[in-house]
Amino acid sequence: MNAGIDVPRIQRFGALYIASARLRSISKWKVIIAAVDIGNPLFYLIAVGIGIGVLVEQGSGTSGTNGIKYIAFIAPALLANAAIAAVMDECVFPTIEGFKWRKLFFAQNATPITGRQIAVGVYLAALTRAVFSVSAYYLLLLAFNVVDFGASVLLVPIAVLGGAAFGAIILFFAAKIEKDDQFFNILGRLVIMPMFLFSGTFFPLSSMPIYLQPIGWVSPLWHATELGREAAFDYGISSLMVYVHFFYLATLVVVGIVLSMRQFEKRLAK
Amino acid sequence: MQEELIIARGLTKTFKDFTAVDGIDFTVDKGESFGLLGPNGAGKSTTMRMLAATSTRTSGSLEILGKDPEKFGPLVRAHLGVVPQQDNLDNDLTVAENLYIYGRYFGLSKKFMKAKIEELLEFAQLEEKRDVKVDALSGGMKRRLTIARGLVSEPDILLLDEPTTGLDPQARHILWDRLFRLKEQGVTLVLTTHFMDEAEQLCDRLVVMDKGKIMAEGSPAGLIKDYSSKEVLEVRFGSDRNIEVAPQLAHFCERMETLPDRVLMYTEDGEALLEQIYAAKLHPTTSLVRRSSLEDVFLRLTGRTLIE
Repeated sequence: MNAGIDVPRIQRFGALYIASARLRSISKWKVIIAAVDIGNPLFYLIAVGIGIGVLVEQGSGTSGTNGIKYIAFIAPALLANAAIAAVMDECVFPTIEGFKWRKLFFAQNATPITGRQIAVGVYLAALTRAVFSVSAYYLLLLAFNVVDFGASVLLVPIAVLGGAAFGAIILFFAAKIEKDDQFFNILGRLVIMPMFLFSGTFFPLSSMPIYLQPIGWVSPLWHATELGREAAFDYGISSLMVYVHFFYLATLVVVGIVLSMRQFEKRLAK
Repeated sequence: MQEELIIARGLTKTFKDFTAVDGIDFTVDKGESFGLLGPNGAGKSTTMRMLAATSTRTSGSLEILGKDPEKFGPLVRAHLGVVPQQDNLDNDLTVAENLYIYGRYFGLSKKFMKAKIEELLEFAQLEEKRDVKVDALSGGMKRRLTIARGLVSEPDILLLDEPTTGLDPQARHILWDRLFRLKEQGVTLVLTTHFMDEAEQLCDRLVVMDKGKIMAEGSPAGLIKDYSSKEVLEVRFGSDRNIEVAPQLAHFCERMETLPDRVLMYTEDGEALLEQIYAAKLHPTTSLVRRSSLEDVFLRLTGRTLIE
């Protein structure tokens, strides 16, 4: 055998090898990704900042948003949503591709790399992409004077945490998918869309009827948004709720990644 | 004494209520080229996935390079090169990048990979395609790249699942030549195939598999000698007539197989047999005398042809 193969080293760093290979593939799409990551925020900033925001503030000032101007009020949600979209892109497609379409995971697993390391590697690459997307978005918020530089920097890690929480769970489901025909429709229309609309994104969750509020409670987007508002603008939520938001997201990350690691290992060993 | 790199005993794999591999025993010696021959669904690929130290077995024992692959998966896989049935290359990356990335999964250094990539590109005859995206390669080129990729770690054992299925005859011959070179270099090859000519060309020893079981084991020549006659006379009388005429042919030879399109007559001397048939005023529309092949062995063992 080749003398350069150091199996203990691969057992330590294998997930990083996978992540770096994923990033190499992702970077082949850098022009499209950059266009989406810059174009999407621009659409929102223009439509909401100039359009809806003005309307809202003409109607009720900032009384409904604890004194925060409307575009700033929704900014933490837009950032968290951008993180979720980025992580989802880089968790769902590569995973279905890896198991089903091109079976790349089987090639990776034919080396000393394990299924668990593949799961972690895909996840880490997705988070890296989210950091990039959210940072670009944040710079645009600064440029458009939506937020002032300062505490608002915390919006970036908080948004990434929200994306990480959602991504860990979605990674598990993507690894379970055997038939992909309806998965994307269901995910996009029945999970992502309602989550985006009912997570206190455009209005405080408490202004919704109580029977709709649970959508927000389970949604990582709501927890990340609330946390972001508090960190950036002293939104006025209790410190207990700050812990609840943080631990809810952290728990999803841990549970999701453990389930994903197991599922990757199990499916590759079939 | 020969060193046994793979020892399988009672190896079994079931999926829910379906038994894909049903208690098979075999060993593979160092430096030998070992084949699993059988039709689609015989359990060859499932066996290969267990040999690759990825798929877990349901029962039985398996030892690869002295280790149980289920306990020492990464350690065992560090010594294996795997060429799956379906090319699973990264289509977004170039030819050279695919090799480089794969070397990284074995933890190989950049310096080592730089030289290795040149060597493998030459081996796979892909030097001119090094910076081309995999998407743009022909089927034969992709296959050669997949094999080259399996060699980045200088494996002790190379596992090839249906290496030439889906390739045109010319691409197959190029590939056989490459595999033959590896064999000459002393690489232990384990391959599955449903092509008898491939098995005859590349395998020192093989097992014939059907429905998850091993039906026979031996060298290609040995199996033909044990399970078939020296020559085969193939006669055709036209679609419906074959079955009609068959009873009149039976007493001319020791063994006969009637297929829908032709009658196979097993004999030591095909030409002499054909003369007898003509003498008996039976006039086949076409006739062919050939040497017995593994196809005949398979037919004898299972009553079915390899490619159905």
